[in-house]
Amino acid sequence: MADASRILVLDRRNFVAGAGAAALIGALFAAIPKAGAGERSAKFEAALAALLAGATPKDGGIEMDLPDSVENGAYVPLALSVKSPMTAANHVKAIHLLSTLNPRATVATFRFTPLSGKARITSRMRLAKTQEVVAIAELSDGTFLMGTRTVDVKIGGCGL
Amino acid sequence: MKKPPRVKVPQSIGVGEVVEIKTLATHIMETGNRKDAAGNVIPRDIIHTFTATFDGQEVFSAELGPGIAANPYIAFYLKVAGPGALELVWLDDSGERTVASVPLNVV
Repeated sequence: MADASRILVLDRRNFVAGAGAAALIGALFAAIPKAGAGERSAKFEAALAALLAGATPKDGGIEMDLPDSVENGAYVPLALSVKSPMTAANHVKAIHLLSTLNPRATVATFRFTPLSGKARITSRMRLAKTQEVVAIAELSDGTFLMGTRTVDVKIGGCGL
Repeated sequence: MKKPPRVKVPQSIGVGEVVEIKTLATHIMETGNRKDAAGNVIPRDIIHTFTATFDGQEVFSAELGPGIAANPYIAFYLKVAGPGALELVWLDDSGERTVASVPLNVV
């Protein structure tokens, strides 16, 4: 009961100060960007540049099946696919999987041949924290496709 | 590999069919970034290469980094032109080469 009465005794000055502090805290939280969104390590930029070798990738064309959010970054299921006739003249040569904030940017490279019949791969990856996952598809005509997905990670993939 | 890898293929495959081959290897995939209790770096030990060949021709391959989860699961597709043997090879940092020969029932 004593507590309740203390709460009730709130003069204008205290109220204004309190409201101001609350607003400031709110602003601070708003200023912190959603962890990892859009942030890309220098390692990632270097790996991407090395992969593309000056080419500009086309956005889209890669179907990236990843969860929006995972509890455990040690085990993130993924499926990557590119629609392609997979003939000798027109096929997907490789899909490169990159992470923007893992200690190592290159996660894996999957290489296909016309014998694959379908440019689709299913696997499981590790994510150190919330970040964008980038896939680059390398086509037989020398062009590149690029896809991006953000995955929210609650607990990072331990000791990446 | 402590346990042999598991490979799943369709029970019967028609000629010219594109089928999914599912593989699961048993491997710690130690990243090389972790430290033990004494503070020493645990050396990297991962499966770095996976290759699939059908009748001696390469179908699919993968270069894996430490960003692939432990016990790597890889599923890929194969266009089966006719009867033949599918050979899968996993290579790890310790130099171990694990081979699985998978018979395909082509009807």
